[in-house]
Amino acid sequence: MAAAVELADTDARPPGRARKGPGVAPWVFLAPYLVLFLGFVIAPAVYGFYISLHDYDYTLPGKPFVGLDNYAKLFSSDSVLFSDFWNSMRATGIFTLFSVPLLLAVPLAVALLMNQKFWGRNLFRAVYFAPYVLGVAVVAVLWRFLLDSNIGLVNQYLGALGLPDSVAWLTTTPAAWVSLVGVTVWWTLGFNAVIYLAGLQDIAPELYESAKVDGANAWQRFWHVTIPGLRPVLSFVTMVTIIASANMFGQSYLMTQGAPGQETRTAIYFITDTGLRNYQMGDAAAMSYVLTVALMLLSIAVFWIFREKERS
Amino acid sequence: MSATQTSADSAVTAPSSEGPRDPRFAPPEPSPARGGRARPLVRYVVLTVLALLFISPLIFMVVTSFKTPNEAASSSPTWIPNPPTLQAYRNILTSEGTPVLRWFANSMVAASANALLVVITAAMAAYPLARMDFRGKRIVFAVIIATLFIPPVILIIPNYLIVGELKWLDTIVAVIVPTAASAFGVFFLRQFFLSLPSELEEAAMLDGANLFQIFTRVVLPLSRPALVTLALLAFLTNWNDFLWPVYVLFSPESQTLPAGLSTLQSANNVRYDLLMAGAVIASAPVLLLYLGAQRFIIEGVSRSGLKG
Repeated sequence: MAAAVELADTDARPPGRARKGPGVAPWVFLAPYLVLFLGFVIAPAVYGFYISLHDYDYTLPGKPFVGLDNYAKLFSSDSVLFSDFWNSMRATGIFTLFSVPLLLAVPLAVALLMNQKFWGRNLFRAVYFAPYVLGVAVVAVLWRFLLDSNIGLVNQYLGALGLPDSVAWLTTTPAAWVSLVGVTVWWTLGFNAVIYLAGLQDIAPELYESAKVDGANAWQRFWHVTIPGLRPVLSFVTMVTIIASANMFGQSYLMTQGAPGQETRTAIYFITDTGLRNYQMGDAAAMSYVLTVALMLLSIAVFWIFREKERS
Repeated sequence: MSATQTSADSAVTAPSSEGPRDPRFAPPEPSPARGGRARPLVRYVVLTVLALLFISPLIFMVVTSFKTPNEAASSSPTWIPNPPTLQAYRNILTSEGTPVLRWFANSMVAASANALLVVITAAMAAYPLARMDFRGKRIVFAVIIATLFIPPVILIIPNYLIVGELKWLDTIVAVIVPTAASAFGVFFLRQFFLSLPSELEEAAMLDGANLFQIFTRVVLPLSRPALVTLALLAFLTNWNDFLWPVYVLFSPESQTLPAGLSTLQSANNVRYDLLMAGAVIASAPVLLLYLGAQRFIIEGVSRSGLKG
């Protein structure tokens, strides 16, 4: 969860500490963490690739080496997995496409509203952040109730306002997408808003003042002071939000169960079901690598976009 | 900008009238289009409507958990249970297929143990990364930070096999240990340690303290706020974790609350009184923790986005 990480100050050493080399001491301190880190982060990342090269059915004794077959299957339209996998990638793509812009813009608007001293500010901030401390399971179970097409609060109140009151929020598209994206925005808006707010407070007030003196209106100040001042925070929030959206699982697992059909079954949902319910771990591992590569390309694009802006 | 009314103010605040007046001392923008007074009001209206949108679903969750099955399933929702009843709680707490109290205990143990493990290992790792010079330091730190950007999906299948190999499947250890290597924790505490003045540590060293003593008696006590923040964030993350427990804890009595909620939902499809009671039990501890330690949690999160 850390954005603009500068590695530059790694060398900052307290004066007087380097008299004699620390010997093995640093490694003794690092050891407990490194055991966990190597065992459950580095090793599995490599082991996963090994699994993806095998016909790795957990329940069968033989796990023959198949080279890149598991990957080839994902890209040849006559395999069984092909359409299911790409449908799930499409679901993840749709969700990411709609949730990321909303989760970048709405929390920014909220943070801008709160970026002034006024009575009750911390109370509002605490309220908006509150859903984020709940787990996805609570959030999804709660909203499945509120979005129930017959007795849910949402349809009841829509009806009271004279709007259509029988939308099947969880079993038809595009309504199910509206639900999944809307619930996710409700759940995580506070997280992004809090990070934006901290970023906004780091922008020197003098910049706004001199912009005002130069006759910039509110909109110009937003584009020429706020946005550039927020750039590192913006790139962090964009990155974290994309990764979180692309890893969406619980909302779809608990609220729509992938319905209608398998339309809202996301990539993670399909990968874990393939690997940990049907035990086709070779296929699942290959799919998780394809998803990871897709995400990395997206991340590089995001980095590149923010870098371009810096130059101009 | 220079309206007539400002002259009185500026006479007091800015005796030398030449040069641009500091706008901080100017009165609220006398913009003619929207009255200067209306804007705070608009802000409060917008913020309050938004706050209701955020808080009312949670209130309705609690309200519904005290309803009878009939009232909970009624198509004209009520905001005050009539009559209020503990029936839903009694029902789920005594049902055999959904041992909610057991889930609660499992979640408590798992989240506490995981938070403790995260804080201890991250603090120990962050200390040399902040304060010592050694070969490989840059690489170790860079690799740890790089894993922040690895999507967790890539680890699920292999970790399932590793945990299976260790005979941890369907045991609580499976949700305590594998997620304890917190890269965020190392990053977060390293930044905090770097911000501490090193004079105290140097004094302790001159007094003959060894590195371990300096760490436990000087650095850790000074870092209490950061350690508490990290422990809280780790507790929340573990308490709420869903995907991993759903797949590695399969028998009802070994589940944590989020995985249990999923079981509860499959067992009671539209018995929303029961589901909301379960959701209240799963969220009450974290909401209480949030009420008590809101500052720590929000500060911790807001610092995660900055350079540190």
